[in-house]
Amino acid sequence: MDADLGRLRWRSRRGMLELDVLLERFLKRHGEQLDSRDRAAYARLLECADEDLHAWFSGRMECPHAEFSELIRRVRAG
Amino acid sequence: MGIARRRFDCLVIGAGGGGLRAALQLAQEDLHVAVVSKVFPTRSHTVAAQGGINAALGNALPDNWHWHMYDTVKGSDYLGDQDAIEYMCRVAPRLVIELEHYGVPFTRLDNGRIYQRAFGGQSQNFGGDQAARTCPAADRTGHALLHTLYQQNMRAQTHFFDEYFAIDLLRDEEGFVVGALVLDIESGEPLVIEAKTTLLATGGACRIFRTSSNAMINTGDGIGMALRAGLPAQDMEFVQFHPTGIAGYGMLISEGVRGEGGYLVNKDGERFMERYAPKALDLASRDVVSRSIAIELREGRGCGPDGDHVLLKVDHLGADLIKKRLPGIRESAMHFAGTDPCEVPIPVAPTAHYSMGGIPTNLHGQVVAPERHGPEEAVPGLYAAGECACVSVHGANRLGGNSLLDIIVFGRAAGEHMAEYIRENPYNRPVADEAVDRAMQGLSRWDRKGDGISVADMYDRMSRVMEQNCSVFRTEEVMAEGVKRILELEEQLEDVRLSDHSRTFNTARIEALELGNLMEVAVATMLSAAARTESRGAHSHVDYPDRDDKNWLKHTLYLKDGHVLDYKPVRMRPLSVEAFPPKERVY
Repeated sequence: MDADLGRLRWRSRRGMLELDVLLERFLKRHGEQLDSRDRAAYARLLECADEDLHAWFSGRMECPHAEFSELIRRVRAG
Repeated sequence: MGIARRRFDCLVIGAGGGGLRAALQLAQEDLHVAVVSKVFPTRSHTVAAQGGINAALGNALPDNWHWHMYDTVKGSDYLGDQDAIEYMCRVAPRLVIELEHYGVPFTRLDNGRIYQRAFGGQSQNFGGDQAARTCPAADRTGHALLHTLYQQNMRAQTHFFDEYFAIDLLRDEEGFVVGALVLDIESGEPLVIEAKTTLLATGGACRIFRTSSNAMINTGDGIGMALRAGLPAQDMEFVQFHPTGIAGYGMLISEGVRGEGGYLVNKDGERFMERYAPKALDLASRDVVSRSIAIELREGRGCGPDGDHVLLKVDHLGADLIKKRLPGIRESAMHFAGTDPCEVPIPVAPTAHYSMGGIPTNLHGQVVAPERHGPEEAVPGLYAAGECACVSVHGANRLGGNSLLDIIVFGRAAGEHMAEYIRENPYNRPVADEAVDRAMQGLSRWDRKGDGISVADMYDRMSRVMEQNCSVFRTEEVMAEGVKRILELEEQLEDVRLSDHSRTFNTARIEALELGNLMEVAVATMLSAAARTESRGAHSHVDYPDRDDKNWLKHTLYLKDGHVLDYKPVRMRPLSVEAFPPKERVY
């Protein structure tokens, strides 16, 4: 297995099922195609708190970090 | 063998609220504490507890810890241990204030005191008017609590092993627990952590069910470890289900939707709750609605190609109201069901939400086990707290707001007792290579090559059996079939193979280890449920619809060796007040 992708997969395991499902789905569909820049951005996104991720993915709040907006859009789109 | 070793005073396995509260207690006593967590601590499932934490502060309405105790005993359907419940309810106000001092940003009343909201099952004056006992931190109580405890632990210099997976407990020949074998997920290398005391705080295990509201990490690792160490699991048949989880996924659609006027229909478009609860309809209690849905599915009136869900209809409320009052629910439905509830009903099914059962402990958090069929005794050096433990304050049914209280009260109690134990047992006991070798077999077993069932496939089979044969709809026949099927799968677990044997961040290997734990928990749950021929709390048996205090006012104990079931009495005697004798549970 691609260890980098393994790391991203494991760190996509969160405290809330909603996030687990969205992130797993995103990685399954797009994980292999992410280039190194996308991977780095995704890794940084995963460092955010569960509550914030949940608010951004659900559209309840706008993410204040512009670097994540495209990724968040893709995760939401599934 | 060349396995690296580290030595600590205390080992805490699991970094949710229970583990972190215990670790903080220990670190404040200047003990050398290791916390092992398979994910980063702030991503534990505690974050999903949004509602709040119960304490009889009496800030909004009059309240008293004794009333809280009454409600908890009654809510438990009299299976809760009354000494532990008294202890929990008495210390709750003090520990909530303590949390506030640690920095948890509780919501406040205008007068500056902590705001308290009313939850189901809360009463004043032993069953009188509604009480308001739940203290929230906005709608992110669990999150706030977890982050606060994590920061306090950083300050107290707790040592964190992040992204380490605990494989098995290590015991010496006299039965003392002397640490655990863990796995560094990053490198794939094992590590022995030696400790004078070990706490299991690994959370719930509802991932044994295909439809569950639990995060993927809730795989019952601590319960699996305890069972493999020859220790019992208690009251595993008691699992709380929520009636409306999104079909196929399990995330909750709150009661609020039905409160706003949403209702359930079967495949014929019939509003079936009219038949089961003519007055309360869709707002009947959780267990009644869950069971009604299960009967509809069982009798072939479910929707979809597999007939495995019913529909929650809200479109008649109008898009404006839905967007205004239920925006989160709408978003969830669109994400996971793929449809907009303004136009299409939401597919829902009962979802497994909370495990009342777990590793038996006393009110100090010490794990207790029967000693050669004699009275139970504490297992030296081993503790458990939180959802993986069964102390038992929830008995057959947990009340809202009591789960966060449970982890704080008994995480702290375990920490206190561990410190006391270490004062009396100040030295690490030797860890024999043989014990490590035995534990290593659980890991090296996954190095076997060749063809076999995949981990994902076996998980799918197991979680379907649990859903079909051990969820809300329990009959003698359904559960007998479930016992047969789950024991077959347990045997076939031997044939499961990994295709990827790499080391570094091999998540497939971790998922295989988790599957082993899930299977232990599933077998314990299925066997315990099939044996209990009564209905009590969350265990509702169609062929035995009444509670049977004469024969069943007792805790189940399941032991892995030989799949043995044993029983022990409920502790009916509180610490300082009169007992609450069993009464019919009416709300």
